[in-house]
Amino acid sequence: MKSVTMTVNGTSRTAEIEPRTLLVHLLRERLNLTGTHVGCDTSNCGACTVWLDGAAVKSCTVLAVQADGCEVTTIEGISSNGDLHPMQQAFHENHALQCGYCTPGMVMAAVKLLERNPSPTDEEIRHGLEGNLCRCTGYENIVAAVRAASGVMV
Amino acid sequence: MAVATGPRGIGVAALRKEDSRFLTGRGRYVDDIKLPGMLHMAVVRSQYAHADIKGIDTSAARAMPGVTAVLTGDDLEFAAGVPCGSNPTGDMVQPPRPPLAKGRVRHVGEPIAVVIAADRYAARDAADAVVVDYAPLPAVLGVDAALADDAPRIHAELDSNVGLVLTTKTDGIDAAFAKADVVVKQTIRNQRLIHVPMETRGIVADWNQASDDMTVYSSTQIPHFLRTFLAIVCGVSEAKVRAIAPDVGGGFGAKLNTYAEEFIAAAASRKVGAPVKWIEDRSEAMLATCHGRAQDAHVELAATSDGKVLGMRVHYVQDYGSYLQLLTPLISQLTMLMAPGAYAIPEIDVKVTNVYTNTVPTDALRGAGRPEAAHAIERMMDILANELGISRTEVRKRNFPAEWPFTSAVGLAYDSGDYEKTLDKLLELSDDQETFERRREEAAARGKLLGRGLSTWVEICGFAPSDVTHAIGLTPGGWESSTVRIHPTGKVTVITGTSPHGQGHATSWSQIIETELGVPFDDVEVIHGDTAFAPYGLGTYGSRSLAVGGTAVQLAAGKVRDKARQVAAQMLEASVDDLEFDGGAFSVKGSPDKQATIQEVAFRAWQAFDMPEGVTPGLDETVFFDPPNCTFPFGAHGCEVEVDRDTGKVEITGYIAVDDCGNVVNPMIVSGQVHGGVAHGIGQALYEGVVYSAEGQLQTATLVDYIIPSAVEVPHIETHRTVTPSPTNPLGVKGIGEAGTIAASPAVVSAVCHAIGVRDLDMPLQPETVWNAMQKGGAA
Repeated sequence: MKSVTMTVNGTSRTAEIEPRTLLVHLLRERLNLTGTHVGCDTSNCGACTVWLDGAAVKSCTVLAVQADGCEVTTIEGISSNGDLHPMQQAFHENHALQCGYCTPGMVMAAVKLLERNPSPTDEEIRHGLEGNLCRCTGYENIVAAVRAASGVMV
Repeated sequence: MAVATGPRGIGVAALRKEDSRFLTGRGRYVDDIKLPGMLHMAVVRSQYAHADIKGIDTSAARAMPGVTAVLTGDDLEFAAGVPCGSNPTGDMVQPPRPPLAKGRVRHVGEPIAVVIAADRYAARDAADAVVVDYAPLPAVLGVDAALADDAPRIHAELDSNVGLVLTTKTDGIDAAFAKADVVVKQTIRNQRLIHVPMETRGIVADWNQASDDMTVYSSTQIPHFLRTFLAIVCGVSEAKVRAIAPDVGGGFGAKLNTYAEEFIAAAASRKVGAPVKWIEDRSEAMLATCHGRAQDAHVELAATSDGKVLGMRVHYVQDYGSYLQLLTPLISQLTMLMAPGAYAIPEIDVKVTNVYTNTVPTDALRGAGRPEAAHAIERMMDILANELGISRTEVRKRNFPAEWPFTSAVGLAYDSGDYEKTLDKLLELSDDQETFERRREEAAARGKLLGRGLSTWVEICGFAPSDVTHAIGLTPGGWESSTVRIHPTGKVTVITGTSPHGQGHATSWSQIIETELGVPFDDVEVIHGDTAFAPYGLGTYGSRSLAVGGTAVQLAAGKVRDKARQVAAQMLEASVDDLEFDGGAFSVKGSPDKQATIQEVAFRAWQAFDMPEGVTPGLDETVFFDPPNCTFPFGAHGCEVEVDRDTGKVEITGYIAVDDCGNVVNPMIVSGQVHGGVAHGIGQALYEGVVYSAEGQLQTATLVDYIIPSAVEVPHIETHRTVTPSPTNPLGVKGIGEAGTIAASPAVVSAVCHAIGVRDLDMPLQPETVWNAMQKGGAA
């Protein structure tokens, strides 16, 4: 067993884990942060996207021990005082989610996309989200939501 | 944009009330459920496509840390096998299928044993330590091999690998072909697909030994069916079983099923005396959840020289896979029923041969038999048009039904339609020929081949009158249920038998209530997916929920309103006939200030003093609605593509959808369904396809190998509508969940064939396929 300590959504958390434990399983099963989902096990779908020291990563392919000492932000950590993050709000207003399963990862990836490129074209949005799969929306309204959020977040 | 807070009745693009929990990570999917003492299950699956099991050595697995039990087919008793609820002829032999294999396995991925352990890592480790001794048998892959005279037989109960043959034929078919000016012939293939909802399947089964009852959480589209079949297969009283579909992360037909793992987890929970969780990993989802499509159509159209189709002969060959799932036989039966598509083809001869192979069973996949039918007839209309030198739009118009109501040659009475209207709207929205030709030349200068194509689709949905489901051999009926309850405080609970997984029922059902009862959208709560609360419902699939379940909501609300009217009459000391209901309040005609709101009436009905003669307390009504007919939504989709001359890579450069799903409750949700459906159809047309090795190993068993479209592959999708109300339900709605998928694959293939100048192409149109076709003599 190995002890890991990381700051998750602003709070320091410590856990004793098997060294092979994936970050997503630490978050979901030990810390009860079930907003981060597993969709594919192979880093294709992006449902497990979280921020690790400020970068979007796929937590199904990060070992929890690799996050030792790091800062982790999950979907549960991006809204404040009950207000949705502008990206969450834009997803709601543009009907950018249906079943909701890809949504947390999609939102986490989209926020980072706008940090890198605050005023993307639709094509840049599509390429920026190609690591996150959605089977419900056809991406039309996800692109619209990110476009709308780009006007709010800059 | 401000959140809409005004009226949100029928027809308004109300933002979804479901969204908040999903956006903030507080959705509750099966894998988010933890019960005290819960153990985890991992499944040992067949490594062979066809083999006898000589022995299973579980000793090493049992000795591993954290392992509670290792269970094989000898350890768990079942009262029945994995069920099939479709028997089209009534006398179809349905081969037995034990939840855990007994003696023989028939596809890679078939469950052989399970490990129950303290956590999922320990369970997986131990599952890998179970040693199965196989004696491999020759595997049967592909329908041609399965139909060969000397093919190994997959099921001893059958004389061959043919599971079922269905036919339907009109008397004049031979005469139609005899008098035809032209006959066009083609084999149109719908390749085998995998559904890939982003959430895989998952189960938490909790057998409570103290109360001797069972609660099963499952990622399912059909919780009530699940309860019924859990009772039958596990041999327990249905009254002791509660099935719950929590938040479900997409289905697309994959979860319109009851699976071996659901029965195994329930039986295992009973055996070990603890809750058992099983979460499918993605590769398991591809090896053990049903597949879809896998159907070839050998089609001949007989036509006059001016493009009027006189007759259609078609032989569909459906790959069932190794076993029957819940609705496997229904799927190709639906293809048969929709063979002539949107066209008044007077004579028809359809045969369906359904074949077993050593592969994952096939069943419903978004559209379920209708995309297969639409793809075949739409491709044939293009081929006929090109053969005759008539435009692809004109040949369609010449064959649309001239009169309504319309009954197809197969005998289906289509509810309503105006196919020319959707096609004309598509043409209005598309470039005229001159503009297109100019752009085509510009593209050619860049090394790109521009093409455009279309489909004019129709489907059957709104399943279904129970007399119809019975007539086509389905075990269950086709009705739906709803309870509408106004609480003493005026808030409303709607309980629906349908079970959404992304469709937004809570929002749409609330809109129906606001319109019917005048209760504000925000005052309505919708409960679904829990058999302990909901009246029996048949579930969400086949684009049926609004047409059947939404109608049940509307009718239950109407019953509540009728009762409230009687109570209001008493309160207002007026006759029932003198009351008007508007804006959520009853008022006396001519005395508008004399009124009682529906909330006031609900409170009074709860107090229940001085009630009118014969009126019972409370406002709480349940309605079961059995529709008088199915619905037939339709539309015209146009697609434009650029094909790279050097590589064969296809890029979709424009997509326009014109759909008619009757009246619309929430236009935002309807467009969203079309977007998702079109993306799914594009996936089939260009990217997706299951590959098996000759030995029956699934070679597309991860999302690395099985490509579903990302935002880069899916273009901007323009959505438009016409409105032709359905006469089969009082809402006038038809259904839209599968429309895009049905329409898109033929429209995309039509465009690519147009771009490179070939007759037809087998999907998926990956660059290699397109490039090879160009080398063989496309117009490039």
